[in-house]
Amino acid sequence: MFSGLTTNDKRLFIGFTIAALAMPLLAWPVGANYPDLLQKFAIYGIFAIGFNILFGLTGYLSFGHAAFLGVGSYAAVWMFKGVTMNVIPAVIFGVLVAGMFSAVIGFISLRRSGIYFSILTLAFAQMSYNLAYSVLTPITNGETGLQLRQDDARVLDRLFVDRAEGLPSTNLFGLEMSGYPGFYFCCVLLIIAFFISLRIQRSPFGMMLRAIKTNQVRMNYTGFNTRPYALTAFIISGMYAGLAGSLLAVTDPLAGAERMQWTASGEVVLMTILGGAGTLIGPILGAGLIKYFENIFSSYNDIMLSESFSFLPDFLNDTLVFVIGPFVGEGWSLLLGIVFMAIVIFLPGGLMEGLTRIHAWYRRRGSGGTPTAGSASSSQAAE
Amino acid sequence: MDVILLQLLNGLDKGGAYALIALGLTIIFGTLGVVNFAHGALFMLGAFCAVSVQALLTISKKVKDESITFFDAYKEVPYLEAWWGDTGSMIIDYAVPLSIVIAIPLMLLLGLGMERGLIRYFYKRPHAEQILVTFGLAIVIQELIKAQFGANPIPTPAPEVIAGSANVGLWVGLGESVVYPWWRLIYLAFAGVIIAAAFAFLNLTTYGMVVRAGMADRETVGLLGINIQRRFTIVFGMAAVIAGLAGVMYTPILPPDYHMGMDFLVLSFVVVVVGGMGSLGGAVLAGFLLGILQSFASMNEVKSIFPGIDQIIIYLIAVVILLIRPRGLLGRKGVMET
Amino acid sequence: MTSFDDSKTRGLTRRGVLKAGTALGAGAVITPSFFVRNAWAEEFRNNPGNASSVKFGFNVPQTGAYADEGADELRAYKLAVKHINGEGDGGMMNTMQPLALKGDGILGKKVEYVTGDTQTKSDAARASAKRMIEKDGVIMYSGGSSSGVAIAQQSLAQEMGVIFMNGLTHSNDTTGKDKRRYGFRHFFNAYMSGAALGPVLKETMGTDRRAYHLTADYTWGWTQEESIKNTTEALGWQTVNAVKTPLGAGDFSQYITPVLNSGADVLILNHYGKDMINSLTQAVQFGLRDKQVNGKDFQIIVPLYSRLMAQGAGENIKGIYGTTNWNWSLTDAGSQAFVKSFGQEYGFPPSQAAHTCYVQTILYADACARAGTFYPPEVIKALEDFEFDGMGNGKTLYRGADHQCFKDVLVVRGNENPTSQFDLLEVVKQVPASQVTYDPSIFGGELGPYKV
Repeated sequence: MFSGLTTNDKRLFIGFTIAALAMPLLAWPVGANYPDLLQKFAIYGIFAIGFNILFGLTGYLSFGHAAFLGVGSYAAVWMFKGVTMNVIPAVIFGVLVAGMFSAVIGFISLRRSGIYFSILTLAFAQMSYNLAYSVLTPITNGETGLQLRQDDARVLDRLFVDRAEGLPSTNLFGLEMSGYPGFYFCCVLLIIAFFISLRIQRSPFGMMLRAIKTNQVRMNYTGFNTRPYALTAFIISGMYAGLAGSLLAVTDPLAGAERMQWTASGEVVLMTILGGAGTLIGPILGAGLIKYFENIFSSYNDIMLSESFSFLPDFLNDTLVFVIGPFVGEGWSLLLGIVFMAIVIFLPGGLMEGLTRIHAWYRRRGSGGTPTAGSASSSQAAE
Repeated sequence: MDVILLQLLNGLDKGGAYALIALGLTIIFGTLGVVNFAHGALFMLGAFCAVSVQALLTISKKVKDESITFFDAYKEVPYLEAWWGDTGSMIIDYAVPLSIVIAIPLMLLLGLGMERGLIRYFYKRPHAEQILVTFGLAIVIQELIKAQFGANPIPTPAPEVIAGSANVGLWVGLGESVVYPWWRLIYLAFAGVIIAAAFAFLNLTTYGMVVRAGMADRETVGLLGINIQRRFTIVFGMAAVIAGLAGVMYTPILPPDYHMGMDFLVLSFVVVVVGGMGSLGGAVLAGFLLGILQSFASMNEVKSIFPGIDQIIIYLIAVVILLIRPRGLLGRKGVMET
Repeated sequence: MTSFDDSKTRGLTRRGVLKAGTALGAGAVITPSFFVRNAWAEEFRNNPGNASSVKFGFNVPQTGAYADEGADELRAYKLAVKHINGEGDGGMMNTMQPLALKGDGILGKKVEYVTGDTQTKSDAARASAKRMIEKDGVIMYSGGSSSGVAIAQQSLAQEMGVIFMNGLTHSNDTTGKDKRRYGFRHFFNAYMSGAALGPVLKETMGTDRRAYHLTADYTWGWTQEESIKNTTEALGWQTVNAVKTPLGAGDFSQYITPVLNSGADVLILNHYGKDMINSLTQAVQFGLRDKQVNGKDFQIIVPLYSRLMAQGAGENIKGIYGTTNWNWSLTDAGSQAFVKSFGQEYGFPPSQAAHTCYVQTILYADACARAGTFYPPEVIKALEDFEFDGMGNGKTLYRGADHQCFKDVLVVRGNENPTSQFDLLEVVKQVPASQVTYDPSIFGGELGPYKV
């Protein structure tokens, strides 16, 4: 399983596994240790890893990846409604449907490159969103979102148990997939997803993808047809999105159309760039940061701020609340915007660049060397 | 027949708006090679120029409504009206046209500031990072506007004289049944003038010629001893002005709110790309084409055959055009293709 | 896993711990040995137990198109919490009949609250609600501004076993086919809008009219179109056409121009929020309000009105009919008491969204007090078929069969001569509850079990 990986990669993978499993503990100091947010970290981590396989390696910037996430969700919920509440078939079905959907869209969109490709993917995703919201309501339940109902068929479950009062919950052979079990289910899949991504990046196939990014024209001149490779990467990353989408449905069986909106596609682009496109860990960090902002900073209100600074004298407390207040609660997106700008201005290459620099600084301090790398020249360092 | 004519007018009007927004965006793309996700925010800022001017003009003397005791309710009488009577009301009435005068220098300054302060550091950076920084900027601008003006749309009516409709039908011999709002006709004419002016500037003046040369080959132009950098800064300012004016003029049609820039952002990118990267004419053409097709797709006759077609028409057309013509309508080879 | 428990916020509930225990294969047997003072010694999610306070979660749109409405809802919630805790002047707690609250919190426990941002998106709303339930340990959450979001949160409430009090949601589905045992709605719905508008439309526009609908193309829009159509067609009106418009279309001109020469003399805008502001502004711009068709004055109707929308549409709303759940200009004792304490606190009158959110919070608190427990099934039973008065809409029934409140509905008209900047809507008629009451079975749906 580990053959062909360097010692560093093995260390990275083992470190990642430990960190992922210990996420509840790691998230505790920042107040993020509750199941829903932890689930979101893992799920959007998967989404971003998958997106990075396409964008980070091949350089193809898809602006419509949310469509695959949405399709995965719908497929999974339909599986819950029609067949069984067990999550395994739902996840498999979600991934497969998203894979097929991305094969079609990828096949068409990859006929173009650069921004033309981006707009094609965007157009497909927006069409999916608009139709899901309105005309396709019989399949998607439109604005309200696809939900479980009392009278769903659930043919497989019916064979074993009678219809109970109330809605059933998603389960893994009887283990309910809400709360911490749900998180650990997502977490295991995140680790697997990370491992596959690592293997892809280190494989000849990964090299090929990088070559597409570096110079596609030259590749073509050498008689190499790059499209099958790009398309494979596109489908793999679409399946990652489908996996993320079906996990959203697993932890919370409701699929809404907004999941496919361009803002959702944009979000995963931002996550990847924020963390560091092309790096292994970066996109996961980016996903975590954005989800954390969205869920935690939006919840702060003046009372909570004032409580958290209650150890300070009154006037200082008031000033702090006055200064910080506009950036949390209803102002959380303002803070997010500022963070986007700050990171890209000061850390070209994203959060990973920051970690690399801290690491380098630490090492330099040890050896007493002088700083040499300028920020502009190191902008590609995160590759 | 009148239905077709009306939808054509709707389409031209929409197209005018799309073309105006896309024009600024494509100028920035073409000259500076920057993917500017803050362009929608510039459009929105233009609209809020009109809101601000209107707010300034209607600073009011507050007459307390004594019948309400639990809080202070006022009947607001703008000072302008209180002092100058009907003349005052008329000035207020013309708030939107007046704000054009304010918007031009303001948007120019904003554009120059944005280019000097932020965008120029990103010329050589990957497009992804340009997207991130300009998107961040757009969020910041939009949140600041929200903090100041709230999230609710703010009514900014057109002047009373032209609030009504023109009898377009009579002009073309179709009788009284075809009427169209004056302001929308003015918007269309305005869009035409701005587009023509931008073209004239870039195609007929020496200054514009140098800019176009810079678009094609920046380094050679630099070698000729021309300060292309400064020209690019000014071009960015110009693009900001165009976006801002598009915003100002749109306010009577769409009461502005802080989010309107984001609503137009995706659309304007689609227009630019369908038009073809690096082509001003393409952007304008695509704007009008998409506007007109969107209008016709919304007709009940069309919708009854293809339900929901009006929801996706823009994107559908974009896909079809990009598949038939690899670089959009009039795109140049090699621009933003990698 | 229990070691991750954040002691400050009671991060994990006992139920959660038990579930986690099962997850680890411990296979714990649940024994109801948890001691509470109340008679119903049942374990339930976020049981406050012996804690000195309980937490409410207020989940409102703080970003996006409805941010202003959300801000107003939040103000009302804060006010309600104040009043429940016995601070301030008590507001509608002075007028509500019957009232079990004593102004010392609920059952001796002070009320605290946490807030969150729904972004008017189902996913974000549920994520925020889950944070409140899982991390902050709320006993009840509330909020609204969109039916899709409300329904999404309501079904979450059922899954989680935490009561959700709907804020502003107007779709028939909320208490119709998507109703839930753990969700309650005080706000009125599209059916009631239609029923209330009927008589007024007959009086002012007659029985021979030709109506043209523009409808937002999603579930709320459809239910409203259907309800209004039923009413107007019963009056004898014809429906010329009903056209679906994409959500957030911005420019509606391509949908408005076909109205001009369609022979219709009434335009009904089944839009809400920004869509309504835009479509109304543009319809007026196309001269529809000043038009004469079939020898009658052309009329525009906006079935669901709100003050914020009226503000956004400016002059264009003058003389245009619609319905609202409540308006601050009402003169009954309850409304006056609420407007007084809200106005003194914030300096301007509350919106209908603020009113419904305030009332919902008080109603929940009161139900707990009457039930003598926070145990959700008992609180639900206390709310079901509860009759009360003095909350601004006259005598009101919280119907048990579908968790919908039945109360007077206001038919309003955009004010031609406002006396102040808040005086935008003029109440034309207060339609009594009996006229808008319907049989719960017409919309179907199932409430689900009390115990989850």
